[in-house]
Amino acid sequence: MLDYAWLVLVFPLVGVIVNAFFGRRLGKRGAGYLASAMVGLSFVCAVWMFAELLGRPETDRVIVRPLFDWITVGDFNVQAKLLLDPLSAVMATVVSGVSFLIHIYSIGYMAHDERFVRYFAYLNLFVFAMLTLVLAENLLVTYVGWEGVGLCSYLLIGFWFERKAASDAGKKAFLVNRVGDVGFALGLMLLFVTFGSLSMQNVLEQTMVVRLTSGVATTIALLLFVGAVGKSAQIPLYVWLPDAMEGPTPVSALIHAATMVTAGVYMVARTHALFQLSSSALTWVAAIGGVTAFFAATMALVQHDLKRVLAYSTISQLGYMFLGVGVGAYASGIFHLTTHAFFKALLFLGAGSVMHALAGELDIRKMGGLKGKIPTTFWTFLIAALAIVGFPGLAGFFSKDEILWRAFADGKTVLWALALLTAGLTAFYIFRLVFSVFFGESRVDKKVAAHIHESPKVMTVPLIILAGFSIIAGYAGVPKILGGGNWIEGFLEGSLGWRAPEVLAEEAAHGSAGTEWALLLVSVIVALAGIGLAYYFYVRRTDLPGRVAKGLNGVYTFVYNKYKVDEFYMGAIVTPLRQLGGFFSAKVDGPVVDGVVEGIAALVALVGRGLQALQTGLARNYALGILAGAVLLLVYALVK
Amino acid sequence: MLSSLHYFVLSAILFAIGGIGVLVRRNVIVMFMCVEMMLNAVNLALIAFSRYLNSVDGQMLVLLVMAVAATEVVVGLAILVALYRQRPTTDVDEMNLLKG
Repeated sequence: MLDYAWLVLVFPLVGVIVNAFFGRRLGKRGAGYLASAMVGLSFVCAVWMFAELLGRPETDRVIVRPLFDWITVGDFNVQAKLLLDPLSAVMATVVSGVSFLIHIYSIGYMAHDERFVRYFAYLNLFVFAMLTLVLAENLLVTYVGWEGVGLCSYLLIGFWFERKAASDAGKKAFLVNRVGDVGFALGLMLLFVTFGSLSMQNVLEQTMVVRLTSGVATTIALLLFVGAVGKSAQIPLYVWLPDAMEGPTPVSALIHAATMVTAGVYMVARTHALFQLSSSALTWVAAIGGVTAFFAATMALVQHDLKRVLAYSTISQLGYMFLGVGVGAYASGIFHLTTHAFFKALLFLGAGSVMHALAGELDIRKMGGLKGKIPTTFWTFLIAALAIVGFPGLAGFFSKDEILWRAFADGKTVLWALALLTAGLTAFYIFRLVFSVFFGESRVDKKVAAHIHESPKVMTVPLIILAGFSIIAGYAGVPKILGGGNWIEGFLEGSLGWRAPEVLAEEAAHGSAGTEWALLLVSVIVALAGIGLAYYFYVRRTDLPGRVAKGLNGVYTFVYNKYKVDEFYMGAIVTPLRQLGGFFSAKVDGPVVDGVVEGIAALVALVGRGLQALQTGLARNYALGILAGAVLLLVYALVK
Repeated sequence: MLSSLHYFVLSAILFAIGGIGVLVRRNVIVMFMCVEMMLNAVNLALIAFSRYLNSVDGQMLVLLVMAVAATEVVVGLAILVALYRQRPTTDVDEMNLLKG
């Protein structure tokens, strides 16, 4: 299979082409099944690849398979190759697996949409681009995948483009991403200037030999991180993700929870060698991650829109992942990425199921008491909620605590405290959702309440499967203090183990097991406290939230308005740029450019009008001309 | 006595009269007659040269010119008749459709 790894990419591509050109003939069922089947086949190949890698000895797990020569211009050589190692195997499996489940779910969710076929074409295109991103060996090919997922994000967010809010959100996502992409592109250019190549293998070999000044390494790392900030919605480029909820819910689950937004984390992990050379870059990564985690969690506390809460939650969890990689715990960041993919996708799909039952209602103030009516959705949602808060035994517990522990051990106590507080907030806002939506008295609109029904099997089966993974996925990384061998960290060591020599000595000094146990207990207590507080506020004394909001009116409104960041960007960046554009359009493009072109035309017309005087139409004048010419020739001949 | 110079001068005068006639007169048929006059002036000069140089080439050329002149008149008058059918006028100034 490793020799045929390119099949992983080809299947979704075939899906896109067939659906795009023949989709109408296949009909809704055909197109949906085909698209899902293609991703399913990709998943099978990915798992096979994973298994083959496991079968190899630990030192022999980095495999490169060339595809074709892409660009050869002078010194600039880019070859499209696939890099198959533990990291890409993990990512490919997660991406294709979760995508497969979401494709199946979409067959049910989008059943009534008339652009059903186009939707599946876009979804397949997305999977293709994401897999390209993950499996590429050359960073330029990664960039192609990077841009591809950005494009698909735009297409899918604005899928219902008849709604202005949706098409605006699509544009916003693309433009904000673009800002990040500029940083990424600059980073790539600097990388090429420094190393003469964009191939990961090449760069890795050279970092061991070339003594980079930390300045260059920092700059490259930070520029690449700017790209990650845009793609993975961290401060200051997170503003597109909440708006992206305008898109269909499976899209939110796939792109904005499980896969695309994780591309930034993947990229930092993939280029960890560069980050390792620059401790200041790593500090920036960790700091931005930690602060974003907290900041987003505060906004999730007060939103009434079910999907928006989940969107801010995603931003917050991504912050955790960056905190993880920022303290050098790359494997932990990736581990949290995989567990998060499962439970966040599950939360979103569950939200979609709730919306399906309530005919599209999104406001949690108009829900309640649904647990008896849509049981499967309720139980899977609950499992996902417990997983995300880090309830002992479920997936999030192992991955999140690993990150908290590593942050503390790395000496970043402030960030650890912030992350711990965020964990508490996470527990609170997630269970705020659970209690508001499923418990208590029904606040559902009467007409809608009559039609509440559980979703069809095609939607509930993926929910159940994801719930299963949310439970068991954590056991891939049980830390040593609890008796496990932290299998996943060992497995990923093959890809993420590069350390600069100076750093290796430092890393050996970890904190004691006692501290680790203490921290573990603290975070469990904080999580349970969050759940308890949410219970108190939203089941016991449901008047409290309203009273607290009124009491803290100024603060509450400020947070509810998302700290007015969007308005700030609009005023400080968007409006001035628009005005600049307007100025150039009116004052430069019109008078100058058009003026020059029209001026030349006028000149030609003038000359023409002058010559027009010669054409009198009278034969006699023409005869005179002939005669005059003849005389002149004669004179000339005689004089010579 | 008459020397060849007199023939050349006569030829030049006839040519000039014909030339001015082409330019000045408005009637198409008169223009044609003036063109003929120019051709005949040239013929006269050729004959005079032939006599003066004792070569028969001049006379050969004159025969050729006469034939061509006849042909040209045929074609020209045919064109004139066609034009007259379009617009019943022989005033060359009226035929100014090429005016731009």
